[in-house]
Amino acid sequence: MRIALRELRRRPGRFATATVVLTLLVVLLLFLGGLLDGLFLGSTGALRAQQADVVVYASEARTSVLRSRIEPATTDEVAAVDGVDEVGGLGVALLGATVPDRADVADVAVFGYQVPPAGVPEPPAPGQAWADRSLQDEGVAVGQTLVVGPAGVPIEVVGWVDDTSYLLQGALWTTPDTWREVQNANRPDAAVGPGVFQVLVASGSLPPDELAARIDAATDGATETLTKDEAVLSLPGTREQNATFTSIIGTTFAIAGVVVALFFALLTLERVPVYGLLKAIGTPTRSLLAGLLVQAVVVSAVAFAIGFALVAALAAGIPSGVPVRFEASRAVTTLVGILATAVIGGALSLRRVVKVDPASAIGSGS
Amino acid sequence: MTALQLDDVRKVYRSGDEEVVALDHASLRLGDDEMVALVGPSGSGKTTLLSIAGGLLSPSEGTVLVGGEEISSYDAKRLTRFRRESVGFVFQTVNLVPFLTARENLLVIAEVEGRRSPRARAAKERADTLLEELGLGHRAGNLPDQLSGGERQRVAIGRALMNEPELVLFDEPTSALDTQLGEQVMELIRTEVKGRGTAAVLVTHDTRMTHYCDRTLSIIDGRLRAEEPEGQPAG
Repeated sequence: MRIALRELRRRPGRFATATVVLTLLVVLLLFLGGLLDGLFLGSTGALRAQQADVVVYASEARTSVLRSRIEPATTDEVAAVDGVDEVGGLGVALLGATVPDRADVADVAVFGYQVPPAGVPEPPAPGQAWADRSLQDEGVAVGQTLVVGPAGVPIEVVGWVDDTSYLLQGALWTTPDTWREVQNANRPDAAVGPGVFQVLVASGSLPPDELAARIDAATDGATETLTKDEAVLSLPGTREQNATFTSIIGTTFAIAGVVVALFFALLTLERVPVYGLLKAIGTPTRSLLAGLLVQAVVVSAVAFAIGFALVAALAAGIPSGVPVRFEASRAVTTLVGILATAVIGGALSLRRVVKVDPASAIGSGS
Repeated sequence: MTALQLDDVRKVYRSGDEEVVALDHASLRLGDDEMVALVGPSGSGKTTLLSIAGGLLSPSEGTVLVGGEEISSYDAKRLTRFRRESVGFVFQTVNLVPFLTARENLLVIAEVEGRRSPRARAAKERADTLLEELGLGHRAGNLPDQLSGGERQRVAIGRALMNEPELVLFDEPTSALDTQLGEQVMELIRTEVKGRGTAAVLVTHDTRMTHYCDRTLSIIDGRLRAEEPEGQPAG
């Protein structure tokens, strides 16, 4: 193994091509992962933050938050279900908001809520909102009053909350009445009555699947209840977006594997005489195999380190409108993925190393 | 004591339906400080004999004893260990690992056995001693491509002697060297082998080098044909 590491140190040029190609693939993987995370987290923050086990929709809404309407009577039925400990209403209006001293309109998601999501305080006073920190990029500041929608409903920002965006729009967390005021003034065609919410969030002592089934049974089919994880994935485009990016990322990993496999196949061919010599003087084949895998792992780890540094340097230059988020978990997944790919790619050359005949070292010049 | 004993050894290769006999009922005894030259035309079986003696190949028939140890029935794993511990090789062309220094080439096997092995420290001292003896103390940190042909061959001799083998096998050790350098290397081989009481088999095409050996065997068509007393060895 030390011999393999010495080769890497003494002949870095031999490994440069593979390292450069893998570095570019790592940059691509990190950017793709960052885009996927940015889109997913930016779309789903408001639902992910809910401190609930299930989300209850009106059954005719087919799990669309915007189409769903839950009447107060249904809320009472859900609250009465055995196993439900807490129920809260949730409503959202997607609108543009005018920010003081800014020409552009900021896209906002005005939420009315009863049960505070994680990181969001109790509802503020009517006409006020906790704003998602992503709205800072739109020029929003605490203490400002935003003018929401074409009807111009004023909402004052009283503080920041994190990671609660909804469909890539910064959330404004308000009282249910403020949300209804915003909704009814700006969307008279989709007005909501007193006590009406779009969805309910509920938690209880039962497993989420069972809780959901009990709620739907209790409302006699008036509701369709999803676990929180299912609700997150049922947001428009989320599942398709995840599948698309996951396919592209998977393909990129496969390409990285092919690069490693081809590179080490060529290198192994070149090294057959040296392998023959080492086997002839008594080096066990497993030592040679371990050396090859160590080289594949080191080349990939170096490519990851350079790629990570490049992405970190380039990240500052990405326009704020691009929904890219670099998460530590994504970096770890990419590192583990690229190392695993390297081991698999390198392993394809192992058979060739095993087949090198130690007797080839002798008489090779005759 | 007998360092190498071959009894009625045959090596047969199959090529389709045909059998190719590379070594035909070869028998040989080599004393424990004896140095033998093996000569013969290309394809005569020299390499096969050397490979079988060194545990690189297993015979089809017959028995092979090295230092009293019968290796003819060993599996690949035991042969690898045998080569690592009991025999030294000097090859014709690819002899050194190109990205390791002269000293590291001597320590290749010690490193395979582990840096913390009890023999590791002793191996380092032995490598330094051998390099000094071979006149390469000042070249210990040089890579093979920074060494001359003669120096490379001396490093290879040092590596072959690292494990204090009972038997050292030389495959055309002077073929890439001019006559003067070849003679210097042969002188060195004889000094090192005889000085350690080690047995050696030396395959060569160059009959000018055979007088450094105690005796010469010739091999033709896989048969050890004659043992010619060499007379007074040089050196």
